[in-house]
Amino acid sequence: MCRLALKTADTPFSPYEVLTAMEAMQEGYDGSGLGLLLRGVQFDDFNYRGDLPILSGIAHSEAALQRLDEFMTGRGYEMKYDHEFDITPGLIEAKDRLKYIIRVYKDPVAADPSPEAVEQRHMEVRLDLRRDGEEHGGDLTIFSFWPQVVMIKEVGWPLAVGDALGLQDGRIKARVVMAQGRQNTNYGINLYACHPFFIQGIATMTNGENTAFVPIKEWLIGKQIPGYLGYQSDSEVFTHILHYTLKKLKLPLEVYKHVITPLKSNELDAHPQGEFLKGLRTACRRLIIDGPNAVIGTLPDETCLLVMDHKKMRPASVGGRPGVWAMASEICGVDAMIPDRDRSLDFQPMREHTVIIPPHRKEMVIWSQFNPFALPQAA
Amino acid sequence: MVSIQSVCTSPSSLTYHDLPWIIKHREDRCTLCGRCTSVCPVQAIYLTYRRQRMPKLDILQKKRGSDYRHFVGIRQRTSIENKCIGCGMCSMVCPNEAITPTPNSNEDRSLFHINQKGEAWKRGGRRNVSGRTILDRIIFDRISMLTDPALDAGRHEFNTNTILGRILPPEEFLRRKMAGEWIPPTREIFPFVIGSMSFGALSPNMWLGLLQGVAYCNEVLGIPVVMATGEGGCPPWVLKSPFLKYVILQIASGYFGWDEIIRAIPEMQCDPAAIEIKYGQGAKPGDGGLLMWFKVSKLIARLRGVPEGVDLPSPPVHQTLYSIEESVMKMIQTMSMAFGFRVPVYPKISGSTSAKAVLNNLVRNPYAAGLLIDGMDGGTGAAYNISMDATGHPIASNLRECYLDLVAQGRQNEIPLFAAGGVGKNGNVTQNGMALIMLGASGVHIGKYIMQATSGCLGNEMGRCNVCNLGICPKGITSQNPKLFRRLDPDEVAQRVVDVFMTINTEMKKVMAPLGRSQSLPIGMSDALGIDDPAAAERLKIRYVC
Repeated sequence: MCRLALKTADTPFSPYEVLTAMEAMQEGYDGSGLGLLLRGVQFDDFNYRGDLPILSGIAHSEAALQRLDEFMTGRGYEMKYDHEFDITPGLIEAKDRLKYIIRVYKDPVAADPSPEAVEQRHMEVRLDLRRDGEEHGGDLTIFSFWPQVVMIKEVGWPLAVGDALGLQDGRIKARVVMAQGRQNTNYGINLYACHPFFIQGIATMTNGENTAFVPIKEWLIGKQIPGYLGYQSDSEVFTHILHYTLKKLKLPLEVYKHVITPLKSNELDAHPQGEFLKGLRTACRRLIIDGPNAVIGTLPDETCLLVMDHKKMRPASVGGRPGVWAMASEICGVDAMIPDRDRSLDFQPMREHTVIIPPHRKEMVIWSQFNPFALPQAA
Repeated sequence: MVSIQSVCTSPSSLTYHDLPWIIKHREDRCTLCGRCTSVCPVQAIYLTYRRQRMPKLDILQKKRGSDYRHFVGIRQRTSIENKCIGCGMCSMVCPNEAITPTPNSNEDRSLFHINQKGEAWKRGGRRNVSGRTILDRIIFDRISMLTDPALDAGRHEFNTNTILGRILPPEEFLRRKMAGEWIPPTREIFPFVIGSMSFGALSPNMWLGLLQGVAYCNEVLGIPVVMATGEGGCPPWVLKSPFLKYVILQIASGYFGWDEIIRAIPEMQCDPAAIEIKYGQGAKPGDGGLLMWFKVSKLIARLRGVPEGVDLPSPPVHQTLYSIEESVMKMIQTMSMAFGFRVPVYPKISGSTSAKAVLNNLVRNPYAAGLLIDGMDGGTGAAYNISMDATGHPIASNLRECYLDLVAQGRQNEIPLFAAGGVGKNGNVTQNGMALIMLGASGVHIGKYIMQATSGCLGNEMGRCNVCNLGICPKGITSQNPKLFRRLDPDEVAQRVVDVFMTINTEMKKVMAPLGRSQSLPIGMSDALGIDDPAAAERLKIRYVC
């Protein structure tokens, strides 16, 4: 079972803070992988303009780096900033890491400047680069290409990886940091199998195992939606279901819970939107997950969420104060991230809950699946 | 003494050891009560008056002679029409355990003579292939042993139900919902459905027992079991009752019983569970239904709108001017319209290499509510022996192919596939059903298992009984003769139906719990399956284990 930690704050902070919180939950991972997602980033040596896309990944060879440069230039992206980590190589287990890529690009002038088209192009760049790496023996690993988002994935113990990359120096800060310490289970150690998973600004990470993985994966692949690929981990489907719910079905965030863990028929009979939700449950039947899982996610507007699966066999917790909040798979993780908070306001979501920290971070919203949600026309 | 030459040795004459079943009779125990001979459905045995010569030798008088003892005994007939069917009713009624049929280990030579008077052999029952089936060999091997704890089948909450009906892609569902357009009807049902057995093929008592049991499962236990009628309509009192919602009405190529159904529509208290359009049957592909004249009683004749005592062979296909596709489309639409587009309408076909073509045709028909594929191990009330034995397609690979075809198109949630044909034929009903579900079925239909488990059908895979077509069912399950069907107590059948579904429900949880599944039926969860046959594993695209 993996360990998860998320911190979100009005003031940017170092990702190292979250890595130290991972230490508190050390018994839950085995050093087979660390995934970090930073959102709302700030570089101390570059005045980052928030709308420029940032490419995150790893080049494993000079050839890969060169192909990357040629590709980006070919597509008309102009590199504005190339972050150099202060690396201590001995602390990294893997020997084929030529360069950890964190690069800021300027979008080319495009015929279609609509946000949807830009988002689509950003995803295509990520997918094309990922495919290019796969076609060349995996010499290029690409995690994200999106404004405000930096992703780092590496094999090793979280703190060791943080030390190796010099994350404690505060040269990168962010308003939201997601971290996952991986317990390698049924899949090989693969960088793409590390959480968080990312698609078009939406990211989630999960602990536990989704036993309904194969039928869900088959259904998502069958939709032939660009970006619904990978699935080196069973948890990647959580990200794609969230993306599907928000971007393809254009439903509110609350409905995610109804898609992955719908209520029973007799519960829906008493629900104000029961009839709609029954239909939705039937239509999205293949997306019903089978945990135990705790899903922690973030959206492009820095909304953070935590959802439990229906069996609620995970102890994920949320705590904090206006302006700074933490979510973790264990309460000790929350303690480590925000020690000075009113613990009586901590919350452990039950099977029906979705905890949402809105972008203003003034409060946490606890929404129960039994309550109605705003969906004016359909419901 | 009779000379050897005068013994009857016609081309068709057989002796006991040529027949599949041999009566073992112990004269020392027999009280000659005659119950066995009167109960025998095929008059395979008869009471006979015999004379035995007792040689007498008077040594002192140097005279030889004979005394004669006369006795009454029980003998087996060897004519084809009276060959023992092995049902064992004789042993059930014998007060002294003096008589029983035993399977003949010798070659069954009656097969060479079964076509008397130029009539090809027709029979009811099953395919008679014994041994473990492919479904029996599939195991569930993805046991949660690491991250996710295995669940507690006894205490956790499980959702074991499935959906019958056309399911829209989520985008289309939302669009129609917003626009207030028609959403195809769906039903949440238990994935083990009592397969189509007609009122006509089954006796009134059997039918009543099944329906009582199904109603109890729904209304008391909360297990939403449904049963299908088969061709031949539905008794009017059921059509106008609130129990109709547990019944799938079948329409087949003979359209028997549909006059009554259509007339009853205005008086129906609720909609039926679904309408099944039968295009084919696994046990006899290419053949229509067949109710032989023995079973067309007054009641059945009235229900079907035909004269009494005539054979009722349905045509092999529906009346159509041009093509089956056209007929499928028209019938689905007509039936949907008749029930106000509130009832799922789906076709049933026999397992076939053309099943994928049918499926792809249905995928494009917005009114098609599902597809039931019936494999060749399915049973029937009456069919030509050769159809049962040699035509059709086994269900496992047929279903899997169809499912993977839907997966490739990303439409596996839209047309639910139901599988039938040999589910539980060796008694492993839950295991067989769950294997098919994980291969991609949304549910399974069970017929023979239900007859065996709920009413003690005597048929087995060794060729026992198989006389469902003749109306002489010794248990009264498939007879329209009140003297026979009164042997079957509907209350006991209902009790057994309830026993069966409670057990299946528990066993499903016992399969799902170790796999870590509880929130939804594991349809298509092929990563949980293994089989000890590499060729089958490759064909079914599951794991080979040994």
